[in-house]
Amino acid sequence: MDIFLMQLFNGLSVSSIYLLAALGLAITFGLMGVINMAHGEFIMIGAYTTYVVENLWTAIMPQGASDGFFIASIFISFIVSAVIGVILERVVIKHLYGRPLDSLLVTWGISLILQQAARSIFGAANVSVSCPSFLNENIPIVGAFSMSYKRIFILILSVLCVSILAFLMFGTRPGRNVRAAMQNRPMASSLGVNTSVCDMITFGIGSGFAGVAGAAITLLGPVGPTVGQSYIVDTFMTVVVGGVGKIIGCITGSAIIGLGGPTFEFFSSASLGKVFIFIVVIVILQFRPKGIFTIHSRSLDD
Amino acid sequence: MVSAKNPFDMKGKHFSIKDRLTATNILALAIFVFLALVPLFMPSFRVNMFGKYMCFALVALGIDMIWGYTGILSLGHGVYFGIGAYCMAMHLKLEASGSSLPDFMTWSGVTELPSFWQPFANGAFTIISVILLPVCLAAIIGSLTFLNRIKGVYFSILSQALAYALATFLIGRQEYFGGSNGLTGFTTVFGKSLSSQTTKYVLFYVTLAALAVCFILCRKLVSKRFGRVCLAVRDAENRARFTGYSPAKYKVFMYCLSAALAGIAGALYVPQVGIVSPTDIGIAPSTEMVVWTAIGGKGTLIGAVLGALVVNLFKSLISESFPSIWQFFLGFLCVAVILFLPGGLVSLKDIPAKIREKKEKKAANARETAKAHTENDGTAES
Repeated sequence: MDIFLMQLFNGLSVSSIYLLAALGLAITFGLMGVINMAHGEFIMIGAYTTYVVENLWTAIMPQGASDGFFIASIFISFIVSAVIGVILERVVIKHLYGRPLDSLLVTWGISLILQQAARSIFGAANVSVSCPSFLNENIPIVGAFSMSYKRIFILILSVLCVSILAFLMFGTRPGRNVRAAMQNRPMASSLGVNTSVCDMITFGIGSGFAGVAGAAITLLGPVGPTVGQSYIVDTFMTVVVGGVGKIIGCITGSAIIGLGGPTFEFFSSASLGKVFIFIVVIVILQFRPKGIFTIHSRSLDD
Repeated sequence: MVSAKNPFDMKGKHFSIKDRLTATNILALAIFVFLALVPLFMPSFRVNMFGKYMCFALVALGIDMIWGYTGILSLGHGVYFGIGAYCMAMHLKLEASGSSLPDFMTWSGVTELPSFWQPFANGAFTIISVILLPVCLAAIIGSLTFLNRIKGVYFSILSQALAYALATFLIGRQEYFGGSNGLTGFTTVFGKSLSSQTTKYVLFYVTLAALAVCFILCRKLVSKRFGRVCLAVRDAENRARFTGYSPAKYKVFMYCLSAALAGIAGALYVPQVGIVSPTDIGIAPSTEMVVWTAIGGKGTLIGAVLGALVVNLFKSLISESFPSIWQFFLGFLCVAVILFLPGGLVSLKDIPAKIREKKEKKAANARETAKAHTENDGTAES
C-alpha cells in the first residue's frame, strides 16, 4: 500500500510538470490554431538553462550562496525560453496560423534542429544539476512512503504558475484581449485588439512556462537533448483530454494522465501503463470529442 | 492534357497517348524505370538500400492516400508498418530457429513457445496476417475516432500516442518480442537463404512489383468517383455530409487501406534489412514517414514515392559522412518545404509556368497602362 501511495505521490509531481508544459500548448492552440511539436524542446531549453546557471553561479558566487542558483534559474529559464519562443513565433509560426496540420510538421522540424543544437553545444551525454540542499530532505509518512521536498516544491511551483497565468488571463486587460481573440479572432481584431501582439505575448509566456517545467525536471533526474520528447506525448494527451484553451481543462487533463499512468502501472506493468492510458483517452473522447472542457462556439467548421 | 480552355470539349472520352504524357506521368515512368534498372549498374549494397527505400515509398504512398486525398494526418503509421514487420519477423525467426526456441526467449527464461507465436510458423498465415492485422487495428481505431467526429489535430495526437504506446509496449515485453533489441538473426525466407545474391534480387523485384501495383491501384482509386468523394471530405467535410455522404465511412476505408500498405511495406522491409526493433516504429520514424510525403508533395501519389526515395537517399549519403548534420538538414528541409513549397518537390514543375504567368500579367498590365495613357493624352488634346 505504501508503495502505491509513493507512486501516486510521484505521479502527482509528474502531473504538475505536465500541467506546466500543457498550459502553453493549450493556450497557443486555442488562440492561434497552431500545435507546437517543439514545445518539448522548450522544456529541454529550460533544463539546460538551469544547468548553465548552476555552473556560472558556482564560478562567480561565494561558496555559501550556492543554493540560491535554483531560485534564480527558474526565472532565467522562464526568460530564456520565452525569448526563444517569441523569436520562433515571429520568424516561423506567424506564417502558419490556421494551418494546424502544417504547423505540426514545421514545428517538428524545428524540434529536430533544437535537439541537434543542444547535442552540438552540450554533447549527447546527459547532464545533471545538483539539487539545492534545502530541498534534499524527505518527510516520512507511512512505512516506505515519504514525501520528498523536491516533489512538494514542484507541486507548489506549478500551483503558483497556474495562479499567475489565471490572474493574467482573467484579471488583466491583455488577458481579456487574448480570451477575446480566442473566441472570435476577426471580431476581436475589428474591435481594436491587436491580435498579432496577443499571439506573440501568449506564445512567449507559454514557452516560458515550459522553460519553468524544464527547470523543475532537473530536480527529478539528469537531462539530455531528447528530454523534451519523453514529456511531449503525455503533454499533448493532457491537452486533448482536458480541452483546448482552458486552464481548468489543463488541470483536469494533467491529473488524469499523470495519476492514471502510475495507477495502471501499479496494477499491471510499466509497459502496459501507456497502452491503458491511451485506451482511457480514447474512451473519454468517445463522449467528449473535443476534450472535457471546451470553448463554446456555434460555428460549424471548428 | 486535354485543352485547358474548354474542359468539356473532350472529343468523346478517349485519351490519346499524347494526353497521358503529363509531367507527373513522365516522372512516375522515369522513377519506375530507374528503380527497375538499379540492380544493373549499382553494387549489391546499394541495391539493398534501394529495396529498403521502396518499402518506405510504399508507406509514404499510404500516407498520401489518407493525408493528401482525405485530409487525415496520421503521425502513427509506424504502428502499422511495425505490425507488418513484426509478423514477418516472427515467421523468419521461427524459420531460423527451427525446432528450438528463438534465442532471445531462452535468454529471458521462457520455456515454451507462446501460443500467439505458433501460427506464425505457417507462411500463408503470416502473409495474411501481415495485411489483416494492420487493417483490423486501423478499422477499430478509425471507427472509434472518425465515427465520433474526432478529427484534425486531435486525431494526429491520438495516432502519435498510439505509436508511443506500441513502442513502449514492445520494449517492455522483452520475453515475447525481444525488447529494445527487436527481432533479428534471420537466415532464410520461405526456405531461401537470405545471404544469397539471387534472393536479394528477387526480394528487390518483389518490392518493386508491390510498389508499382499499389501505386497503379491507388491511382485508379483516386481517379474514380470514390476518390472525388474523399477529396470533398478533405476540403469541406460538412458539405459532403450534408450532400448525403457519410465522411466517416470513407475515412475509415482510406485509413484501413493505408494501414494495409504500411503493413505490406513492413513485411518486405524485414527480410531486406534483417532486423526490426521498436526504434523503427516509435514517434520519430512515424513522423519522418509523413515528412517524406510532405517533401515529395502530398496529394499527387508519385510525390510521396519521390519524397521517400529522395529523402532517404540523402539520409544515407549525409549520415555516411556527417552523421550530426543530418538532423539539422532534415529539420531545415522540413521547415523550408512546408513554408515555401507547400506542394513539395513535385510542384517544382509548375514554377516555370508560374513565372511565365507572372510575366504575361506584367506585360498585360504595362500594355493597359500605356493604352490608358495614350487615351488620356488624346482626350486632353481635344
